[in-house]
Amino acid sequence: MVAAPMAGALMRVDGVEMRFGGIVALAGVSFDVGHREICGLIGPNGSGKTTMFNCISGFYRYTVGDISFEGTSLKGLPRHRMIELGIGRTFQNVALFRSMTVRDNMLVGYHFRGHTGFLANALRLPATRREEAEAGRRADELIDLLELRDQANLPVGGLPFGWQKRVELGRALIAGPRILLLDEPAAGLNHGEVDELGELIKRLRAHFDLSILLVEHHMSLVMRVSDRVVALEFGRKIADGTPDQVQRDPEVIRAYLGDGDEAPHG
Amino acid sequence: MPNIPPQFGIFLFIVAAAVLPLVFASGYQTFQLTMVVIYALSVLGKNLVTGFGGQVSLGQGAFYAVGAYTAAVLMDQWDVPYWATLPIAAITSGLVGLMLGLPALRLGGLYLALVTFALAISVPQLLKYKAFEGWTGGVQGIVVSKPDAPFNLPISSDSWIYLFSLAVGVVFFLAITNLVNSRIGRALKAIRDQPLAAEAMGVELARYKTLTFGVGAMVTGIGGALSAIAVGFVSPDSFTIALSLTLFVGMVVGGASSISGAIYGALFIQFIPNIAEEISKAIPGVVYGVILIAVMFFAPGGLAGVIANQLRRLRAARVVGTGRAPS
Ligand SMILES: Nc1ncnc2c1ncn2[C@@H]1O[C@H](COP(=O)(O)OP(=O)(O)OP(=O)(O)O)[C@@H](O)[C@H]1O
Ligand SMILES: [Mg+2]
Repeated sequence: MVAAPMAGALMRVDGVEMRFGGIVALAGVSFDVGHREICGLIGPNGSGKTTMFNCISGFYRYTVGDISFEGTSLKGLPRHRMIELGIGRTFQNVALFRSMTVRDNMLVGYHFRGHTGFLANALRLPATRREEAEAGRRADELIDLLELRDQANLPVGGLPFGWQKRVELGRALIAGPRILLLDEPAAGLNHGEVDELGELIKRLRAHFDLSILLVEHHMSLVMRVSDRVVALEFGRKIADGTPDQVQRDPEVIRAYLGDGDEAPHG
Repeated sequence: MPNIPPQFGIFLFIVAAAVLPLVFASGYQTFQLTMVVIYALSVLGKNLVTGFGGQVSLGQGAFYAVGAYTAAVLMDQWDVPYWATLPIAAITSGLVGLMLGLPALRLGGLYLALVTFALAISVPQLLKYKAFEGWTGGVQGIVVSKPDAPFNLPISSDSWIYLFSLAVGVVFFLAITNLVNSRIGRALKAIRDQPLAAEAMGVELARYKTLTFGVGAMVTGIGGALSAIAVGFVSPDSFTIALSLTLFVGMVVGGASSISGAIYGALFIQFIPNIAEEISKAIPGVVYGVILIAVMFFAPGGLAGVIANQLRRLRAARVVGTGRAPS
């Protein structure tokens, strides 16, 4: 294991422990995500990857350990504050606003930038129109970038799963996050689409100047795009290093082969 | 054919709604239309809370009662002019809504329904309560005189009250339409569809739920205040749980998450009971029930959805006629 201590990491996860009744979903996990780093988070089913996401974004309240972002602790912060701090996320099973259009879904991602309240919007005061125009411009940029132009005004609930994942990506990106948590973005994609996604992820980092924490079972994808990979098993960290190092790590090979899961060799 | 913007259709509708009854409707019919406007406003407040906000309120009639009594007491005790009672009624009913919105945060779904139901049951009794009798008039209620048309306008009191209510109604329908189509409205729909993701997008659930409950109560309360002015009388028995259920029916029949649905729902709750009565004097309730079930069968998402589809089809047919592709 390498895990060189990174001075000035963007996000630092420090000894986080999360229990559900008797189940220990995270048993004191620590790792850092650097500025503009793509960090893969792998592990067999049930190893605690999604739980880690939920701890970071405040959905689960862990009692032991701490998660800090740009030096300030996120522990106990209300969930709706995370986005303004620069933490964006997608969900493993897609959590879109199903009755709303693609464009409106993305606009909700920009909600936190607005300041106008009930009265101003009921009266359509000039300030609301300015906000609306700016949000609309941002949404259109992302709709173009993600090639969703033809679907922009369709209700999102009727789109195929792969496209819904892309809408979710746009909804997270429009906020301009400093770190993006992606939970299995490649689920439901075919081989060619997975390759495209890999390119897209790298492009997003360059374009938006952000860090990415990537949970994926698609090993070839993780190993190709990640600068660093952290591996979990039963809520414990078993490896942390470059993709090469982690792929060769005996613990990781055992964890995957022992599970009969896809081997981590790309 | 020139391209007609939808705003123009709405404008025509408002003008027609203002002018036609003055010419063609009798005094009683005008009063009935006033009640349609009042119900439409009241159902609109409920749609905001339930249809857009996703919170079930079974006690919307309580806010209507608060608005009505606020207006009546102000006119009766302090000779406040009828038009000046509206903003005050808006404040009182809105405040009651806010106070109820606070538990609305903690209580999800069915519990909130129960709490609002309990409120609706207790309101008539509170209105009869001895300690408040000096203001509320107890069981007797309060009689207020109906306002005449101002500026010597040559129209009847009923017609004036209709126009006044219509103007108030139009203002609030436009305002709520703006609201629903704004960042606030999107946040409300987001909370309804997927509360956790809405929070991750920075929407503060507690704040939005409470405020929505307050605004919904305020809009319904204004409906109530207008009803006190239009009917010229308030009494505890006008505001039983039956009123809350009537508003509930109006919401569902019209289409809960729709603005125009409030109008269709209001037409339904104002006229269908009378029609049922005409069809059968013996069992009007049964006829009403059958009509209700039939409507829900043919328009499961509410009348607004069906009517919007028909309008779209009409428009598409016209667009095809000009050689443009329907969208
Ligand atoms: N809300 C919860 N209540 C109870 N147990 C939970 C909860 N969330 C997660 N767990 C448990 O924590 C463990 C880790 O689950 P988690 O969803 O984090 O795994 P994962 O690594 O994301 O798996 P997958 O690859 O299948 O998505 C599992 O045993 C799971 O059952
Ligand atoms: Mg998971």
